[in-house]
Amino acid sequence: MVGKFNYKKGLIDGIPICLAYLAVSFTFGVEMTSLGFSPFFATMISATNLTSAGQFAGIKMIATEAFFLEVFLAVFVINARYILMSLSLSQSLPEKTSTLKRAIMSMFVTDEIFAVASSSGKNLNFKYFWGLGTLPYLGWTIGTLVGGFVNSILPVSLQTALGIALYCMFIAIILPTAKKSGAVCFCIGLAVALSCALYYIPVINTLSFGIQIIISSVASSVVTALLFPIKETEEKEKEEDEEVQNA
Amino acid sequence: MLNAFLCALMMALASYVPRAVPLIFCRRKIKSKFIKSFLYYMPYAVLSALTFPSIFYSTGNVYTALIGTGVAIGLSFIKPNIALVATVCVAVVFGFGFVF
Repeated sequence: MVGKFNYKKGLIDGIPICLAYLAVSFTFGVEMTSLGFSPFFATMISATNLTSAGQFAGIKMIATEAFFLEVFLAVFVINARYILMSLSLSQSLPEKTSTLKRAIMSMFVTDEIFAVASSSGKNLNFKYFWGLGTLPYLGWTIGTLVGGFVNSILPVSLQTALGIALYCMFIAIILPTAKKSGAVCFCIGLAVALSCALYYIPVINTLSFGIQIIISSVASSVVTALLFPIKETEEKEKEEDEEVQNA
Repeated sequence: MLNAFLCALMMALASYVPRAVPLIFCRRKIKSKFIKSFLYYMPYAVLSALTFPSIFYSTGNVYTALIGTGVAIGLSFIKPNIALVATVCVAVVFGFGFVF
């Protein structure tokens, strides 16, 4: 089964993410040039960051002439959720994967790539992940460049409609497992409730987006893990399901 | 301009370090049942927290976003194909954009 998760499968699985990224990064390019940065500077930021929320926050701070350590701290807090994602990926990766390969993979850990990669379960390997990251990376960088040069090609109505694409992907990824596992349902419900609470309750909602995500996801997975510890068989069943789904 | 480049470097570091440290340094398989359970549930928790409530504001119009969310949930129950769900939702939101 491992042989199936090769570079080519990664490329194919990356196509929907790439398309979504083209639209989002296009918006980023437009916004950066309207803040007075050159399209090349915008593209450089996208090529070295590959993250949506962190980039948007970072450039707004640079535009207001923030101190560089302040920028580092803000972007780091927003991106701290990647610690959890990378930690989760490190458990599915073959132990013998080299440091260089791990360093390259780290470039491509994003919400969406992580989501697709984690649905491959224990089949995860360097080649598949590298393939999965290739097109989204190109899409993200090229989209920024195009957006920086052309202020608007897409009609606004289409641009705004594209904003929902990433979230729909997330829903399509989590629902199939939620349908089968009550514990996963509980975890999702708790995470949604906490995230909404942190977003809407006054005072608390001044916390940064990154911190809100970390608090709600860590708290809900800890509670679920304490209430419903996984059985070894459950883990195995999950892998078998994924193999069937991905076949 | 120098400050802008320094800030850009900081942004790149702040994006790379949180991703690289666990992947490079966490090599041994975790034995603890609690941590294994935590990591099993964590992706679902992160993705749900990222999605809600942000999805309601993702289209600049709460009504089209609510319809899109409903379509995404309904369609994912029937046919959980990432590209299909995303495409159909964008088309539906785009269509309803002319109504609201």
